[in-house]
Amino acid sequence: MQDTVITVERLTKRFGEVRAVDGIDFTVGRGVTVALLGGNGAGKTTTLAMLLGLLLPTSGAIAIFGTDMLRDRYRVLSRMNFSSPYVDLPGRLTVREILTVYGHLYGLRDTRGRIAALGEDLDIEEFLDRHLRTLSSGQMTRVTLAKALLNEPELLLLDEPTASLDPDTADWVRSYLLGFQRRTGSTIFLASHNMNEVERICDQVMIMRDGLIVERGTPADLIGRFGRETLEEVFLDVSRNRVRTEAAQ
Amino acid sequence: MTHADRNSGGAYAGAKMLSLRRIWAMVLRYLYVLRGSWPRILELAYWPLVQMILWGFISQFFVTHSSWVAQAAGVLIGAILLWDVLFRAQLGVSLSFLEEMWARQLGHLFTTPLRPIEHIAAMLALSLLRTLAGVLPAAALAIAFYDYSVFDLGLPLLAFFVNLLIMGWGIGLFVSAIVLRFGLGAESMAWFLIFLLAPFSAVYYPVSSLPDWIQPIAWILPSSYVFEGMRAVMFDHVFRADLLTAAALLNVLYIGTGIAAFLYSFHVARVRGLLLQIRE
Repeated sequence: MQDTVITVERLTKRFGEVRAVDGIDFTVGRGVTVALLGGNGAGKTTTLAMLLGLLLPTSGAIAIFGTDMLRDRYRVLSRMNFSSPYVDLPGRLTVREILTVYGHLYGLRDTRGRIAALGEDLDIEEFLDRHLRTLSSGQMTRVTLAKALLNEPELLLLDEPTASLDPDTADWVRSYLLGFQRRTGSTIFLASHNMNEVERICDQVMIMRDGLIVERGTPADLIGRFGRETLEEVFLDVSRNRVRTEAAQ
Repeated sequence: MTHADRNSGGAYAGAKMLSLRRIWAMVLRYLYVLRGSWPRILELAYWPLVQMILWGFISQFFVTHSSWVAQAAGVLIGAILLWDVLFRAQLGVSLSFLEEMWARQLGHLFTTPLRPIEHIAAMLALSLLRTLAGVLPAAALAIAFYDYSVFDLGLPLLAFFVNLLIMGWGIGLFVSAIVLRFGLGAESMAWFLIFLLAPFSAVYYPVSSLPDWIQPIAWILPSSYVFEGMRAVMFDHVFRADLLTAAALLNVLYIGTGIAAFLYSFHVARVRGLLLQIRE
């Protein structure tokens, strides 16, 4: 079994003169939760979109499960899934209809059984037959999560998984993701700027600024290196371009 | 065994070049939209029926006031029905694609193993269903109200139908490509672009009645050959294989261009990040 799930080499994305991602390299191992942190415009969503194959890089290479994503992404897409508050699911369909369509798209053997299991697991049974547009944002988040977990992905990519959620729902999502990761040994790669979330659920952190990965390590490592008490303070130091030694003094 | 192995048809279930199941998934998605919205179902047949009522009365008037129409009483009704095949086929493709744009779910769809060509196949299948659902009630109405059956055209009707369907698909895919490239600001093209071709398609009059400088434009449209062919069957009782062949050859170009335009737009969308609203 291959231990490296994601390998990124010299990945670059330019939009005209703007370098959104500027030659980054990283690897992500199996069974870990990794966060890509960064302020607005740092390049984290662009990186996520390139990992998913929704955006073509200007240059560089991406391999997922050892497969070149630029040449052969269809070989591995059924082993991955994705969730983002900025990409919708069709509001005119019921939750069951949405999950049925995606179950077929992912080629599930037992779509009905899987929907029933997720319905129970994510506590969405009572609104499986309601139209998505009639649900509250907390309920929608659970549905989006159900779609992201339909195929029991080995690699789950999440873009700001708790953005615009109330603290209670956000806490529920974090707890669920922790449980899912421990239960299945899946790899989770998330883009976020919620430091509490990252500190709580992530094994490793990469901080981006201006399209570059400027810091990386475990949350505890980074806090120690910067001589700070929380990851949020580290993030502010990095965002404001304070060097480690100054920040530590 | 991986998680994916347990749940899907093996780890590489998404690697198949073309999957009927994924095409079915997208057809199902569009059928769910129709099932959940009675105005959409009503709309499928509403306009063809209104047009049929209107043109039916106009035809009845012309039968007694025009010697040309009197030679083949159903020529206008047949024309309006066949024009609707072209319009509904194009709209069927464009509306299916617009559903995805309105739902803002392209980012989810294209992180599944769904290939663009499978999405195209699903949109074409839906277009066929929508076209039949729109045109068949109007054809039935023509029989009941005006004693005219388009089915009297016989087997040539099938050839006309298929050619207009394919031309509509080509234009529908081209419109979808433009919407994908330029966004929802271009969605009105789904309704007006086809009508730009109507005057040149010789729907209600022969190509020879068009000004000389317009006729070459008419002859690059498969629809012109179809309507000329329809009139040949109705007035002269002959099936013009030459016209059908020309329409079919042009349609290879139309559907090929439509597919190529859609796939190119999809590629451009991946270069520019249009599939996922990039927000940071």
